[in-house]
Amino acid sequence: MRYEYLTGNIAIAEASITSGLRFYAGYPITPTSDIFEYLARELPKYGGHVIQFEDEIASINAVIGASWACSKAMTATSGPGFSLMLEALSLAVITETPLVVAYVMRTGPSTGVPTRSGQYDVLQSTYGFHGGLVIPVLAPSTPQEAYDLTIKAFNVSEKLRTPVVLLSDAVIAHTYGKVAMREKGEVEVVERSKPSVPPSEYRPYDPVDGLVPPMACFGDGYGVLVESLTHDERGYYSPRTDSQRKLMWRLYRKIAESAGQIFEYSSLYLDSCDVALVSYGSTALSAQVATKVLRERGVRACSVKFKTLFPVYEEGLAKLLEGVEKVFVVENNTGLYYRELRGVLKDREVVSVPLIDLDVPPPQEVVEVVSKWL
Amino acid sequence: MAVTHPLDRYLRVDRIPTMWCPGCGLGIALGAMLRAIDRRIEEGVLKRENVGFVGGIGCTARMTLYPQFDSAHVIHGRAIPFALAVKIVKPEMKMIVVGGDGDIAAIGGNHLLHALKRNADLLVIMVNNMIYGMTGGQLAPTTPRGLYTTTTPYGNPEKELNVIKLAAALGANYVARSSITHPQLLERTIYKALAKRGLAFVEVLSTCPEIFGRHIGFRNPVDLYMELRKRIVVKTNPSIEESDYDWSRGFVIGEFVDKDEPGFLDTYREYVLKAVGGAER
Ligand SMILES: Cc1ncc(C[n+]2csc(CCOP(=O)(O)OP(=O)(O)O)c2C)c(N)n1
Ligand code: SF4
Ligand SMILES: [Mg+2]
Repeated sequence: MRYEYLTGNIAIAEASITSGLRFYAGYPITPTSDIFEYLARELPKYGGHVIQFEDEIASINAVIGASWACSKAMTATSGPGFSLMLEALSLAVITETPLVVAYVMRTGPSTGVPTRSGQYDVLQSTYGFHGGLVIPVLAPSTPQEAYDLTIKAFNVSEKLRTPVVLLSDAVIAHTYGKVAMREKGEVEVVERSKPSVPPSEYRPYDPVDGLVPPMACFGDGYGVLVESLTHDERGYYSPRTDSQRKLMWRLYRKIAESAGQIFEYSSLYLDSCDVALVSYGSTALSAQVATKVLRERGVRACSVKFKTLFPVYEEGLAKLLEGVEKVFVVENNTGLYYRELRGVLKDREVVSVPLIDLDVPPPQEVVEVVSKWL
Repeated sequence: MAVTHPLDRYLRVDRIPTMWCPGCGLGIALGAMLRAIDRRIEEGVLKRENVGFVGGIGCTARMTLYPQFDSAHVIHGRAIPFALAVKIVKPEMKMIVVGGDGDIAAIGGNHLLHALKRNADLLVIMVNNMIYGMTGGQLAPTTPRGLYTTTTPYGNPEKELNVIKLAAALGANYVARSSITHPQLLERTIYKALAKRGLAFVEVLSTCPEIFGRHIGFRNPVDLYMELRKRIVVKTNPSIEESDYDWSRGFVIGEFVDKDEPGFLDTYREYVLKAVGGAER
């Protein structure tokens, strides 16, 4: 292990190399281009490829292709680019293609304030594509978390054969922090699970014993079928309700049933807490400071920072916040993730604290809003 | 022993019959492709496990469903970036992109443009049936001016896109037009294209009797085939200018470009050498 001062973006780039990234395709966009530029310089030294494509649509489709050639593959983008990638993410979901998209949020809608921050895309990051399924979304709030969660993103994508979104924002992107960097062997790196049967017996969408099928790649001699149509275990188009049900429920279950394994959080004062300030991403920094201020004022406050946002770990969340009377959801948007939590924490008062700010919403503002509702 | 077709060993025979309409030209195109690939495999130029097929969406793109190769049936217009990425990661692969005129030249047009500019090491086969077959007969960029489509019911007001000219202008190593009405020529063209480095672009004129034929009054597959056939002019070394077509003037087929300039992978390899400090100056 070694320590370095890195920005959130460079932490993502470094961790992707540690995770075994071998193919990066991208199209420049603020505030992500330095991930691209850093990898363009470094990744070829590890035998990897970094290619600038003609747009984000080409980039994400190339990432899917590279993953089917057995390379760990990633792209990074922001709102406008992610919007262009949605159709292909849906393809990655139905074809169960492992890949990582680093999504560094900026102020929107549309071109918004390209260099500044926000959390407007938290729901889009998982609900944006068509087909009604969810992909895992991990949300760092510091460069260290950006580093650790990038490794996790690759591991989850390989384990579950799914695209994973690493949801950062413009503040984390360019804030420096001390990062403990792992060497090879110091951290788990999940490799792709390949078929153990000969090509003649291989069925590319047969989960064998579990929910996730082993994956053969282009050039392995398995005659793989990447199929965007609803398919059976062989990958053959099957326009039948029973096939659709089988495929949908398996794709749904493999993510939903992993919610507990994926879920990660950190907290302050949770063991003596009546009022929880729940937050994620750069806003969590503000919520943590606000928590301390509230405690100084005699409020039994705590802060709970989610490092993973989707799939929502419903049972786990309810349990985690068991003794808490009131839950405040602090975020830099109109109250989007609040809508998710409201449904999960039905037996408790859940209050939205939507604070729109081009940077991190100031702790004082969080304190003011929360105090009004106490 | 059951009698098998010589090309059966390249097919997922349990998926036959295909989804194509009876009399569709696509079967002829697939047959020619498989024969050309077979010859290259027999010669030892290609390895079977290194042939990859990628198609977007459309009747043509569904060619990827039937051959027993590594195949990807992806989304409309996006086959090229998928295929190029596979090629970059596994340069030993022969990546073949198949798509309709809409798939390749309309929604996929930007990817085609940049693949051509890169001289990307791909064989791109665009089947031009001059219509959107799969979705029921809407305007294609290649639909000749004046013809009826369901979205231009008063006759296409726009000039047809000549993709041959585009491909030639942007620097592909090999640019040819062929036709399913001339299957031996088609096979020879694809056979040749399979051995090219850089980008090989083959436009295949084809018949869509179900939709295009119905629109122009030749619903019978044989009639449409004969109508297309009589409009075909086979030329050796035609000029690029001769590649412009319309339904009354007809179609010149032949090789428009055949050169051997460095492909994307050649120049990319040199670039990577610089990154790892192995560049020779
Ligand atoms: C993003 C997107 N837009 C539209 C469609 C609908 N669509 C499917 S195939 C097709 C066009 C097919 O025409 P072409 O590419 O010429 O193929 P053909 O069927 O004629 O072989 C369209 C518009 C789609 N699948 N995806
Ligand atoms: S619609 Fe036209 S192109 Fe499609 S299968 Fe039928 S005849 Fe062939
Ligand atoms: Mg067409």
